[in-house]
Amino acid sequence: MAKRIDVSGLTAYYGTHKAIEDISMTVEPRSVTAFIGPSGCGKSTFLRTLNRMHEVTPGGRVEGKVLLDDEDLYGTGVDPVSVRREVGMVFQRPNPFPTMSIFDNVAAGLRLNGNYKKSELNDIVEKSLKGANLWNEVKDRLNKPGSGLSGGQQQRLCIARAIAVEPKVLLMDEPCSALDPISTLAIEDLIGELKERFTIVIVTHNMQQAARVSDRTAFFNLAAVGQPGRLIEIDDTERIFSNPSVQATEDYISGRFG
Amino acid sequence: MDTTKTTDAPPPTSQPPANVQKRVNRGATRPGDRVFLGLSRGSGILLLVIMAAIAVFLTYRASLAISKDHGNFLTTFEWNTNLVPPSFGIAVLAFGTVVSSVIAMVLAVPVAVAIALFLTHYAPRRMSGPVAYVIDLLAAVPSIVYGLWGALILVPHLNGLFGWLDEYLGWTGIFSWQGGAPRSMLTVGILLAIMILPIITNVSREVFRQVPQMHEEAALALGATRWEVVRMSVLPFGRSGVISASMLGLGRALGETMAVATVLSPTFDIQTSLLDPGGGTFAQNIASKFGEATQDGRDALIASGLVLFVITLLVNGAARAIIARRKEYSGANA
Repeated sequence: MAKRIDVSGLTAYYGTHKAIEDISMTVEPRSVTAFIGPSGCGKSTFLRTLNRMHEVTPGGRVEGKVLLDDEDLYGTGVDPVSVRREVGMVFQRPNPFPTMSIFDNVAAGLRLNGNYKKSELNDIVEKSLKGANLWNEVKDRLNKPGSGLSGGQQQRLCIARAIAVEPKVLLMDEPCSALDPISTLAIEDLIGELKERFTIVIVTHNMQQAARVSDRTAFFNLAAVGQPGRLIEIDDTERIFSNPSVQATEDYISGRFG
Repeated sequence: MDTTKTTDAPPPTSQPPANVQKRVNRGATRPGDRVFLGLSRGSGILLLVIMAAIAVFLTYRASLAISKDHGNFLTTFEWNTNLVPPSFGIAVLAFGTVVSSVIAMVLAVPVAVAIALFLTHYAPRRMSGPVAYVIDLLAAVPSIVYGLWGALILVPHLNGLFGWLDEYLGWTGIFSWQGGAPRSMLTVGILLAIMILPIITNVSREVFRQVPQMHEEAALALGATRWEVVRMSVLPFGRSGVISASMLGLGRALGETMAVATVLSPTFDIQTSLLDPGGGTFAQNIASKFGEATQDGRDALIASGLVLFVITLLVNGAARAIIARRKEYSGANA
């Protein structure tokens, strides 16, 4: 079910400002790919082009190709809404729907996609919450608001909500940056389990995290402030952290830069 | 809760006697602080004194009137304050006020919410600014101007609508029409709806604009269409704000005087049909009778004003209750 992502020659703009330029990469199914790089290098922007969230920002537009297996996400006649149903996303700050219960939060995507019987919904919600390692903590209060959970629980709730609709790809934009170390560990363990089923792309500022969770790591950088961000290199995580082929990567990772 | 906490576990620093510490914590030792404290406390107390004075005045004069009322103050269908003894009741006024305001709310709230959503989530930015400005201007038009427009333009154009309603919905009784001049409760309701539309629209627009980006992106990332984003994120977040906005509008509708007096043909009875002319509202009745009223008559009108005051309080209380009931689900605590 997980799909391969194939990006070629992707450039993204905010109005007239070019945010990222000419990015090409391949992300293998059922793997974790981490994006690292200094702030403003465009890694989050690039992530948001993968489910067409970039164009939600006023002035946001994209050139280039993103293939999900063989389907071009930016092809003519492709509906961004249906793209986002295939490519799920988890955000930096946990954002459960504040007016919905825990159950309704997880069921939200399913209810968008079609009619499910009550029993089917129950099953999928339970399965998704179990998949997000949250079930045991919330099974007795599914009807309580999701905003009453702790930050780490809220983030796992958001992950449960994203995986409930069985996306082909799961994008995570610094999912742990607002969380304490224990909650972070819980999410990292979860990522390890989720990659059995999904293609995962994660943006992180935490290089240890990238080293711990990812199979492949992509390093982004920009020449100067105001210049577009570029992909410097992408390789096996082990390689990037031990023997990267570009000097800038090594400088960044060893802390001599940024 | 803080006090129990203090008694259970006092802070490690040595604690001076309670009254001393209180003074120290206030920090009102510098002249500027003392002046500001005095000013703000004085304003607060002044407000309460004014409110109390109004309430005492209204209640006193109202009780004078009610004690002389030969009819039943709540149920009598007449307003004869010149009789000896006088006989008057607020039933007609309460009915007219509530019915015309409910009509106004039913017509205005959906349209106002739709306009606010359009301006915040659909319209191009270049357009939403000027349109919002025009709506602001509408809110600033004096009510007598609305009244004149209503009497000169709206009323003559309502014959068609009334005829249509009578033809297709006349069987309900509520929309039957005997062909009188269209100066009825529905006319008042329509005019009030137009008058309260700007305030509801503007407050709702402010609320919708404040929906956090991350809530909308949560819905978008699940594959929600624009309307589904509005339904899942924007409306739930804005719910309590829209209720508050509607209450502001309702407050204006309940108390509106001149516009009602200009378009309504007042009679002191209750029309079962919204289309037949007649009826009255509290504010309209006070405005049209106060000038020629005797002392007793004025007291009677003040008594009716007190009832309007109580209705407004009840409506506001109900709105607060609705907002509070789902507080833990409100967007504010996320």
